[in-house]
Amino acid sequence: MTALRPLVQVLRQVCGTVPGALGFAIVLVVLGAAIFAPWVATHDPDRLDIMNRFAAPSAAHWLGTDHLGRDLYSRLVHGASIAMAVALSAIAAALTAGTLLGILAAWMPPRGEAAVLILFDVISSFPSLVLALAIVAVFGPSTFMVVVIAGITLTPHFGRVARAQVLTLRSAPFLEAERILGAGLPRIVFRHILPNIMGPLIVLASMDIPVVITIEAGLSFLGLGVRPPLASWGVLIQDGYQYLSDSWVPVVVSSAALAVATLGFTLFGEALRDAVDPRIRQER
Amino acid sequence: MRAETARYLASRLVTSALIVLGAMLLLFALSALVPGDPAVTLLGPQATPEFARQFIREMGLDRPLHERLWLFLTNVLTGNLGTDVLSGRPVAGMVLSVMPYTFVLTFGAIGLAVLLGVPLGVFAATHRGSLADNVLAFISVAFIAVPSFVVAILLLLVFSIWLNWLPVLGAGNADDLWDQARRLILPMAALAIGWVGFIARLVRSSMLEVMAEPHIRTMRAYGIPERLVTYKYALKNACIPTIALLGMGVGRLLGGAVLVEIVFARPGLGRLIFDALSVRNFPVVQGAVLVVVVLFVVVNLLVDLSYSAIDPRMRRGGAAK
Repeated sequence: MTALRPLVQVLRQVCGTVPGALGFAIVLVVLGAAIFAPWVATHDPDRLDIMNRFAAPSAAHWLGTDHLGRDLYSRLVHGASIAMAVALSAIAAALTAGTLLGILAAWMPPRGEAAVLILFDVISSFPSLVLALAIVAVFGPSTFMVVVIAGITLTPHFGRVARAQVLTLRSAPFLEAERILGAGLPRIVFRHILPNIMGPLIVLASMDIPVVITIEAGLSFLGLGVRPPLASWGVLIQDGYQYLSDSWVPVVVSSAALAVATLGFTLFGEALRDAVDPRIRQER
Repeated sequence: MRAETARYLASRLVTSALIVLGAMLLLFALSALVPGDPAVTLLGPQATPEFARQFIREMGLDRPLHERLWLFLTNVLTGNLGTDVLSGRPVAGMVLSVMPYTFVLTFGAIGLAVLLGVPLGVFAATHRGSLADNVLAFISVAFIAVPSFVVAILLLLVFSIWLNWLPVLGAGNADDLWDQARRLILPMAALAIGWVGFIARLVRSSMLEVMAEPHIRTMRAYGIPERLVTYKYALKNACIPTIALLGMGVGRLLGGAVLVEIVFARPGLGRLIFDALSVRNFPVVQGAVLVVVVLFVVVNLLVDLSYSAIDPRMRRGGAAK
């Protein structure tokens, strides 16, 4: 249990402010819905019931039904799974690639370092949605492409922070001692550097979750990300938007779900940052 | 001092050129990477074999890769962005004709965001710790967190469909300025809202930082009215990070503009790319994306330069970030 104590402490601090507590609650709800989707949902999210199109919210359909009579609540719950799966894989990819590049950059001769930094600048200064359009134009839309696009977009965030952290660590006396004792680069990196720079990177990861959710929903809304009939929130909003003249319920409900989720993760991420290290500032 | 400025200028120019070159290479690589038969992918399965062959020859797709790359680069440098597969019109002309719509939308949104965000930020900073400050902080996060296309849809639903106050779709009649302005309001608001949050927060925190500095304390000690201290001296310094934020934000704004243009069925760069995409008209996508990138780089460069002109401290520090 001792290993968990710092975690509990941080969470207590996060929940100590109203926005932090609210964010944490929303995060728990979304995560719960995402993990336990098959049990939380009341209906099969893909089951059609044409006779029951645009049904108003009722005991049978808590949030009503969409243009094909599918249960909106169950689709939203499954949308949480998709959003979380995409967000976590994209962030895992960006975290890995960014950290490696960042550590490499800190260790490289100045010219190599400059090249990596310019690469980061290029990626983060690209209008990522526009870049996404170009990539999708070639490879076609798919959930995998969403992960790739979001992963590439976020890599510089992690890379810059990792590099900055390594630079401050590199001349630390304990690392110098390790080097004198003959430790090789892998040992130094995996044993000492990574554990020491993980904290800020994890905070950054939590702050990037809403960013990925937004990218996924935006691309899926355009029909360029997760493909229907998969119940991504972006797909649900697109469906609702198309049938706005029939019923406003689906579009409002699915937009609200997306908005609440991104807000919750943002609040949580910022509270986590303030709790762990108020000095880290997200680069945008 | 002058040598430093020149060096800074040069390094920014080189980086900008590298970004544009990188974008060109990437776009070329993407077009070369098109999986399968390029003619089928670009033209769709309905194209007849003769047309496909003719298309391949016209697009130079049968030539070796390095020749195609050279052709692409020299074409772009002379302002030739290729030809639309469907209509045969030059892409550059198509891009130019829709660019004003995107310009008005994005710069209108920036203007609106500054107009609302700066006063909110100043208010929050001068009422630090009050209930209003906390509420504003929450509203700012909410504005930042909610995706702009969601805001766009909800605005459309409330103001156009339920209240019927504003017309919804399109950019309006070309001769009717009033009509155009009315149709611009909602898309502009949808795009601006996140930036209101960003700017309010940034102005608040940099105001607080500046207000704690000795020169402000000295002014107060000299009895300069608080209003003058706040608005004339503190705000001026606090605005510098805001300008940098806007420079970095142009890319996101352009991305957001794509979605907003589509929700409101407005013509513009985003709409052009999206429509070309749905019919796999790759030359148009390629050309328009390149223009967006160049636009973006130029705006960023201008912002960085004005930044170092406004704040001489930046010139010594190298990259303005």
